[in-house]
Amino acid sequence: MIDKRVATLTQAVSDVKDGSTILISGFGIAGIPIDLCHALIDRGATDLTLVTNNAGSGHTDVAALLKAGCVRKIVCSYPRSAGSIWFEELYRAGKIELELVPQGTLSERMRAGGAGLGGFYTPTAGGTLLAKGKETREINGREYLLEYPIRGDVALIKADRADRWGNLTYSKSARNFGPTMATAADLTIVQVREIVELGELDPECVITPGIFVNRVVEVGASS
Amino acid sequence: MIQPLTREQMAARVARDIPDGSYVNLGIGVPTLVANYVPAEREVIYHSENGVLGMGPAPKPGEEDPDLINAGKQLVTLLPGGCYFHHTDAFVMMRGGHLDLTVLGAFQVSETGDLANWMTSDQYLPPAVGGAMDLAIGAKRVFVVMEHTTRRGEPKILKTCTYPLTGTGVVDRIYTDLAVIDVTDEGLVVREMIDGFDLEDLQEQTDAPLRSADDLSLLVHRTEVDLSSGL
Repeated sequence: MIDKRVATLTQAVSDVKDGSTILISGFGIAGIPIDLCHALIDRGATDLTLVTNNAGSGHTDVAALLKAGCVRKIVCSYPRSAGSIWFEELYRAGKIELELVPQGTLSERMRAGGAGLGGFYTPTAGGTLLAKGKETREINGREYLLEYPIRGDVALIKADRADRWGNLTYSKSARNFGPTMATAADLTIVQVREIVELGELDPECVITPGIFVNRVVEVGASS
Repeated sequence: MIQPLTREQMAARVARDIPDGSYVNLGIGVPTLVANYVPAEREVIYHSENGVLGMGPAPKPGEEDPDLINAGKQLVTLLPGGCYFHHTDAFVMMRGGHLDLTVLGAFQVSETGDLANWMTSDQYLPPAVGGAMDLAIGAKRVFVVMEHTTRRGEPKILKTCTYPLTGTGVVDRIYTDLAVIDVTDEGLVVREMIDGFDLEDLQEQTDAPLRSADDLSLLVHRTEVDLSSGL
């Protein structure tokens, strides 16, 4: 029997290794797997590379991972949201490495990682600072940059509902990076509001098919 | 005594040029205000990079949903017919040329339409780019709305940008508090200018050379919804 449900957050992240690359869903606060982030802090994870759109704000989730000293490097598009105080402090102190990636390139690099591609050519960032050191190629008269795939050892994702096969639905704009990240990690761990019986999710509405998911943990609506 | 346009008047001026039936992405700041001044008769579908098409205004008190936000992380609503999608598709729409128009803020624009809007020379702040580069190169048309000069009176429309670029040769039209200027293959063409200014006055506040359109008209101060278009 296939059963991807795990009973506790602790169990869900128990074997995440120090030094891992972790993809974390979310844009602003929408879609951030807050409970999984805190479970990772409780486990005492260190030396992590995070791939996530923002660098956290306030004192919870990604910001809490930074504050707790779990993170060596962050790969993101916008680490300067209001209240990104922990990132800014580490950045100014030279205690964290930043790889800045345009948002669409970040997303597409993970798509390539999940899709088994060796990379892709994009016009985004052509002629800018972020093109520095990148291989370029002229295609149909336009300059493109070669971008390589990103894969995670682990993806931490927030979805809305799941079944025991790991099929997922999402809530509104909290979907954001979840479906792409789910495809691009060796171990995809998902926190959901609710786990339902097989057959209860309308197959037309499943956004992430369970094949991309390894574990689901129910956290309720509170998070 | 000349009167520059207010932020709201600049947004209202841009709104006149948002075509009926278009798919539009509005950037953060003054661009976001543009939606307030687009006539209700025009059906415009707003896109947000975090996976929303058909985005509506801010929710009424009690109807807020933290899962429904825009690119500026403000709470928004979804209009009937609107839909959600994941990030990779949101950027397929942007990079793939599916958006008719984007309206962006800027630090600087060059005479050839280079755009600088993601990074200043302030080394104290960590760099942040978000979706700006994807929008700049991907949308069919790029409008910039910004003050004509910095607070210290330095020109923001330059022969060459001094800040790091977001994209090269991407800007089609610039809306400032003093003028509306087209970026053309023959350089910058002033289409509208505020009352009390002549081209020489405007040139003094602009680094890049300007020339006047044959049908140069007055840039008017108004915030009421206006059905006429300057396009």
